[in-house]
Parts: sequence; C-alpha cells; structure tokens
Amino acid sequence: MSIDIISKIKEAGLLGKSGSNFPVWIKWDSVKKADALKKYVIANAAEGEPEVFKDGFILNNYPKEVVLGIKAALNCIEKSSGYIYLRKDYYNKFKYTLNKLIKGADIKLFKKTGGYLSGEETVLLNIIEGRLSEPRIKPPYPTESGLFGYPSLINNVETFYRVSKVLKGEYKDNRFYSISGDVNNRGVFEFKTDLNISQILKESNNFPDFDFFVQAGGGISGEILLPSELGRPLKGTGGIIIYNRKRTNPASLIVKKLKFLMNENCDKCVPCREGIYRIFEMVKNNDIDKDKLNEIVFALEETSLCGLGKCSVVSIKGFFNKLL
Amino acid sequence: MKIQAIIDDKRIESEEGKTILEAAKDNGIKIPSLCFHSDLSPGASCRLCLVEIKGRKGLHTSCSVKLEHNMEIRTKSPEIEKARRINLELIFSQHIEECDDCLLKLNCELLRLADEFKVEITRFSDRKKKYPIYKFGPSLIFDSSKCIDCRNCVEVCHIQQADFLEVKKRGCFYEIVPSKNKKRDCIYCGQCLVHCPVGAFEAVGEFEDIEKPLKNKDKVVVFQFAPSIRTSIGEEFNLDYGAIVTEKLAAAIRRLGADKVFDVSVGADFTTYEEAKELVERLKGGKNLPMFTSCCPSWVKFVEFYYPKLIPNLTSVRSPHIISGALIKTYWAKRENINPKNIVVVSIMPCVAKKYEIRRKELKIKGIKPVDYVLTTRELAWLIRKRKIDIKNIKGEELDSALGMPSGSGIIYGATGGVMESALRQVSYNLLKQPIDIEFKKVRGMEGVKKAELSIGGGIIKAAVASGIGNAKRILDELKKNPKLYNYIEVMACPGGCIGGGGQPVPADKEIRRKRAESLYSIDDKKEIKTAGESPIVKRVYDEFLNNEKLIKDICHTRYFKKKKEVK
Ligand code: SF4
Ligand code: SF4
Ligand code: SF4
Repeated sequence: MSIDIISKIKEAGLLGKSGSNFPVWIKWDSVKKADALKKYVIANAAEGEPEVFKDGFILNNYPKEVVLGIKAALNCIEKSSGYIYLRKDYYNKFKYTLNKLIKGADIKLFKKTGGYLSGEETVLLNIIEGRLSEPRIKPPYPTESGLFGYPSLINNVETFYRVSKVLKGEYKDNRFYSISGDVNNRGVFEFKTDLNISQILKESNNFPDFDFFVQAGGGISGEILLPSELGRPLKGTGGIIIYNRKRTNPASLIVKKLKFLMNENCDKCVPCREGIYRIFEMVKNNDIDKDKLNEIVFALEETSLCGLGKCSVVSIKGFFNKLL
Repeated sequence: MKIQAIIDDKRIESEEGKTILEAAKDNGIKIPSLCFHSDLSPGASCRLCLVEIKGRKGLHTSCSVKLEHNMEIRTKSPEIEKARRINLELIFSQHIEECDDCLLKLNCELLRLADEFKVEITRFSDRKKKYPIYKFGPSLIFDSSKCIDCRNCVEVCHIQQADFLEVKKRGCFYEIVPSKNKKRDCIYCGQCLVHCPVGAFEAVGEFEDIEKPLKNKDKVVVFQFAPSIRTSIGEEFNLDYGAIVTEKLAAAIRRLGADKVFDVSVGADFTTYEEAKELVERLKGGKNLPMFTSCCPSWVKFVEFYYPKLIPNLTSVRSPHIISGALIKTYWAKRENINPKNIVVVSIMPCVAKKYEIRRKELKIKGIKPVDYVLTTRELAWLIRKRKIDIKNIKGEELDSALGMPSGSGIIYGATGGVMESALRQVSYNLLKQPIDIEFKKVRGMEGVKKAELSIGGGIIKAAVASGIGNAKRILDELKKNPKLYNYIEVMACPGGCIGGGGQPVPADKEIRRKRAESLYSIDDKKEIKTAGESPIVKRVYDEFLNNEKLIKDICHTRYFKKKKEVK
C-alpha cells in the first residue's frame, strides 16, 4: 500500500500547495527512502501571509481529510511520527476537533510561536525544537536532516487534503484560493489549478468594475499585477488581494509592507536586514535613488539566506515598476 | 576520502566533508569572508563568500556548502563582485568606523575588502549611530555601534558556557546585548573579542590608558611578561606565527622606559612548586578532590559564579604573575632596599581577565597590590609601535636576572596542558629526588580535552586537561557521574590555553594557536633545567625568604568566594 500511495500521488501529478509547486511524490519518496532511525511528518498550517486564509478554511471544513492524508504519510513512511503545526488562532479554534480525529495516531498538535517567518519550513523546525526562530542553512534539506536532525516530510495542510482525495480516488486538479481586499465576495473558493487570475476573479464573482491592481500569491510575497496582466495562473500561496486604485496610496502601502518585513525577518543576513531597511528609508523619506534601489534588490534576490529575503523582491519590484 | 573539483579553472583535491571555502583555502584560493571563523559553525550572515556552482541556480555561500566530487566552482564573476560590493556597502552602513582606535587597525579585513571591491563606504548613513557602549567589569568594552550582527560573539559566549551575550529585539532590529539575567555573568575570557570580525570589543583602556604605568616617573617601574607573550607578540610586527622574541621584547620594554624587565615564568615555577605540594597533600588526605588549577582567572570566576560548590576544589595557589609581583614587592624590594610602595609592577598578559584578577582584594599583601597594571599583548605592541621601536631589528637583551631564570616548566605554562605537565614533572622530581627529563606528551596539543595517568609512589594521578570552558563543562559532567574519574584537572578558559587568550593578537585560529604553542615547547626543549623545584632561584627564595608557613601562605596562596552577578 505504501509504495502504492506514492505512485498514485505521482500519477495524479500533485504539486505542493505551499507556493513552491514542487512535485509532492518526490519529497515523500526521499523521506521514505532515507536511512534513519526516526522520521517526521509535519503538516504546516502556519499560514503567515497576511490576507491568506485558505488553510483555516480547510481545517474548518475538511479536518477529517487532512488527518487522513497525514495518516497516509505516517503509514507510508516507517518509523515516523507526526506533527500538525498550527498558527495560534487555528490552534485554539481547531484543537478540539483535531485532537479527536488524531486519537490513537502518533500525531501531535504544535502551537506556532513567532510571526510571519515561523511558517518557513526550517524556521518551523527550529521552533518545534525550541530554538531561536531563524532559518537554517540549506542544504541539508529537511528531507535529509529535518526535525531533531531526522528526515522530515513537511507539507502544507492543503497538500494532505489533496492526498486524501488521491486515496479515495476522488482527486481533481483543484486548488483553494482566498480572495480579499476591495471585493464584494470575500472568501475561499475552489477552482481548477489552470484557471487564470482573471477567470478566478470572475468565477468567484469578484471582478471589480473600478480601476484596480492585485497582489497575487500572498499579502507580502505575492506579485503585483495590473488588470492587463491577469491572464496567468496564480503563483505562490493561494491568496489574491484586490486594491482599489483610487482608494490606495501605493507609497504608504509599500511602507506598511516593508515595515512588516523588517519586523518579521530574523535579521541574520546582511541584504535582508540592512537592504530592506534602506529601501524602507528611501520610500519613507520620498528620496528614491534608482541605482541604490536596483542594487539592493539585486543583493536581496541573489544573496539572501532564506526565502523571506529572496521573495520580498517580487512585490518590491512590482510596486516600484508598476505603481510608484 | 579524497574528492576532486574545479575552482576557477584549477583542478583541486580535497578531503570529503569540507566546505567549498575550506577546500579553496587549503588549495591556496582565498574567498572573501568576514563572519566565518574556523572555531565556530558557519553563520553565513555576511553573504560575502559567494560563489557560482555549475548546474545550480544563483549564488551560494561557500562557507555553508560542502564541496562535492566534480563540482565546478567560480569564485569570481561580475555578478559575484557586484553582490559582494553591495553587501559590503550595507555592512558599512551599520558599522561606525573608529579606525584610529581600533585593535584591527593594522589588519582590518573589512577595509581590505572595501578596497578590493571598490566600495563606497559612506554610501548609506550610519544606522547605529546611537547604539550604546557597554563595559564588562574591568576587562572589556563592547561598542555595539561597530557590530555587524554576525553573532559570532554570541556563539562563542555560549561555547564558554556563560551565555552572557544575547540577541534581543528592540524596535524592528535584533541587537547584541549583555544579559540582564541574574544567573548569567561575564567571565571576562575575551573570546568574544577574539572572534569579532570588526573590532566591536576591546580591552578596558585598550590604547587609551596604556601609557599610564610609564608616567610614574618617581617610582621604580617593573615590567614582567607572561610565558605566552614571547611567541605571539611578533605577529603584531609582521613576524611569522610563533616567532620567538623573548630577548627583543626585553630590549624594547627597556626602551619604553621600564627600570626592570622580569619573566612571569619565574612566578610560574613558584606556582608549580606550591601546587605540586598541595596536590600530594590532597591526594594523601583524600579531600577536595579532584583538585582544579586556578591560574586562569576566567575559569576561577566561572567556578565562583556558576559552580560555587566546587570552590573548595580549586587549588589555593596564586597565579604566576601575582606570585612574582608579590616577590618583587617583598623579597626583591628588601634585597634592593626599595620601599615597596615605590614599586610599580606592570604585567604583560595574554588575557583581559587578568585586568579583573589584579583587583581582587584578598591578593593584597599588607595592603599592597602585588600587581598594579595589566596590559595585554596587543596593548604592549601598540605602545612599542607608538614609540617607533623597531622590534624586527632591535638587538636582543637578557631579561633582568635579579629574580633568576625560569625552568622549562615555567615557559610551557602558556599552552594548554603546560600547568599540568609542570606539576607532573615536579611531583615526579620530588619522588625520585633527581632531575628528570620526562615529557608528558599526552597532555600536549590543541585538543580541547586531554587525559593522562601517572603512577607515583603507589598512587595514581588521574589527570584531565581542558581548554575552553565548553570542554571543561564536559569534564564536570563526567565527574557528576563518576566523582573519582580524575583527581587533578587543569582548566584554561581560552582555546589552546593562554596562547589563545583574549589579550592576544587577532586574528587567531587553531593553526595559529598551534604555532604559538609549539614555539613554547621548543624553548622548553632547549632548557637544561626543566623542573620548577630544580630552579636555583626557587631554592634560594625558599631558603632565604619563604621559610615559614605564614609567609608562604601570604605570598603564594589565596581564597575564593561565591560571586553574585557583577556586570549589570
Ligand atoms: S574594523 Fe572598523 S573601525 Fe576597525 S579598522 Fe576596520 S573599519 Fe576601522
Ligand atoms: S568575555 Fe567571555 S563571558 Fe564575557 S561576554 Fe565575552 S565571551 Fe562572554
Ligand atoms: S559584536 Fe562582533 S562578533 Fe558580535 S555580532 Fe557584532 S560583529 Fe559579530
């Protein structure tokens, strides 16, 4: 049965739902094949991107399926124990239901501490281990040396939900989207993964009739798109935020986002700690030096230690190129 | 296993398991880096040691990626250079330059890199202008406005079991701060200073107060230097690592205006003599075992603060420069007919904790401090440079012999295992009643923990030697399980012993420490007298002066106290 599930996932073509789009079966397979005395399976429901709330929706509506998916991983990967890593409010809200569902299985609930960065997979490992909430240097990847140094499978809760669908033979190539901002019909919607953003907005009855822009893929790391650019599928985490152009001041919006990043980053590496601060300074003082900006963005993208710094440039670039 | 790779079109070979940075260095290829230190785990925070790896996207930090067989690596490219330049500019934006007064002035890697990558060092305004300066007791100053947040100091302070430096958030940024926790205190080891890439730590008084001792014109100014200085200070004058400069140093110190130059190694012989006696007594009585050495003031402070229950295990014998300082102000003063109050003793030490040690009140003899000033190796070098004395070419002179010459034992005190070896030589000498020429090789070398056993007169000395408090902690943990595992333990707080001390030239790493230590052993090799008790001056002083228990106790022994937090 165990080999079976991996090949079924492979056949289904399931891709990771954390924003990475990494083939799920490869991760499962490498943790399964790793030679170790102990292994871990971790369901990530940290959901730290502002204005993304589809993990909460899944936990609310499909907790059984999520737990089924985790149990499948535990079955498939010998000597493994499970964790569900939950954002604080999700922990408080769903612990009762989840505890009932995981009864008898080797799965623990873990209440996340810290902020945005705590959803990054190596930070998550440090937090469960009780260490500083900083990213780890990769390699080694968590699949080789993860929680307490043991091979660990970390998947988003949506991925485990999709796995349950594979198990039941009901798998469809769908994805959850949370849509928010200046919209009439805020909420979580399930559509096929190949729908483009414009279609998603239309199908969910959210396509604005005013001048707007969106941030697609997360309130911090998502890219900025103009109405003419919505013919592409969604990248990153499953969140779309709509901004009414007339009611939004892009400069103060990016200042807010940069401040968020400065607050939430771990300050460990130079480009992210100092670079984001200098961009913030320039925008705040309304004294933007394009050369400096481009060079800092280059350093952030090329040399940041973890995904937070690297991905921050997506929205920073968007703001400067399209809105300011 | 050996693996091959290509770095910048050059075929190289390396042991498997090394990082790209290390393998490159072994093959003579230097990759720029700031935060990397071979004593510590890679933090990969400065983002300068960037390389390109064929087949992998983007830039990678060579300090954190292991070399793999057949990897093809580039350490230079326009992209890499651009990234390094920008990151350097950002590093400068958080580092307030204080170059005139910086201990790295002469070998500042940061300025060298700025030059290499054509960095505009003032491109951004200084973010840390208002950051505070902290003082850690009488030993260290931490100027947090120079800090570039690599966190090396935090890691090394953790290795030292003090956990006194912490990362704390203030506003949007994390800062390095001294702990407010009542259960944590600085032990003044100075390892933070040694491992800081940008000179954010310095000794108290470093380069500002160094001329003070020489200003005592109407007094007799006596300099004495510690065993380890003679093989380390040369580095400050571009001599090879481990260069032996004993006589040149004596000449230079005389040029500075000192009236006498003595050798702390002589004091070390007295420490050995007393300590060997105490060890044999304790072994006989079976009390307060294992006995710990106490010549390292950081280790003593560590015991007094973190392990006060173990205070009785510390030998009561004073450290070498305290004993020789006391002998200068008593025995020698009397012989020369000088009022001890008119003598100023200046110890040149590899250590910042010694600045703390000389303030201990219980060391006073009839109200007089045995040592008045402690200058570090770096401070003495600065003074010598300032007075334009050319160490390289100065003609060597003998040290003053009024207090005699040290045995080989007194010299090797400067390296980890040296105190242990000296005591073992002395115990064997006492037993056999004849000069011995035994080398206790097992206690030599740069390993953090060393063990040896020696059978003597029906008993066994079970010895353990640790350098670095982390290694000492390993031994303490062993003892918790089996209190009888060892009966004599040497601990030095700094890696490699005093040759790796917080007052020594920076940079220092394992290789450099090894060279400094080897030179000490080479001096010992050439010494005819190798054992403390054989030394004529030791015999003479015990005959003429230290001939009653009370005096021996006053001059050579001390007490320790449970300590409350001192650095608040
Ligand atoms: S470390 Fe800083 S203050 Fe010291 S010499 Fe270098 S640039 Fe100047
Ligand atoms: S001197 Fe030693 S104990 Fe004190 S802060 Fe530095 S590393 Fe820590
Ligand atoms: S004080 Fe020095 S060693 Fe400590 S974090 Fe700052 S730069 Fe690094």
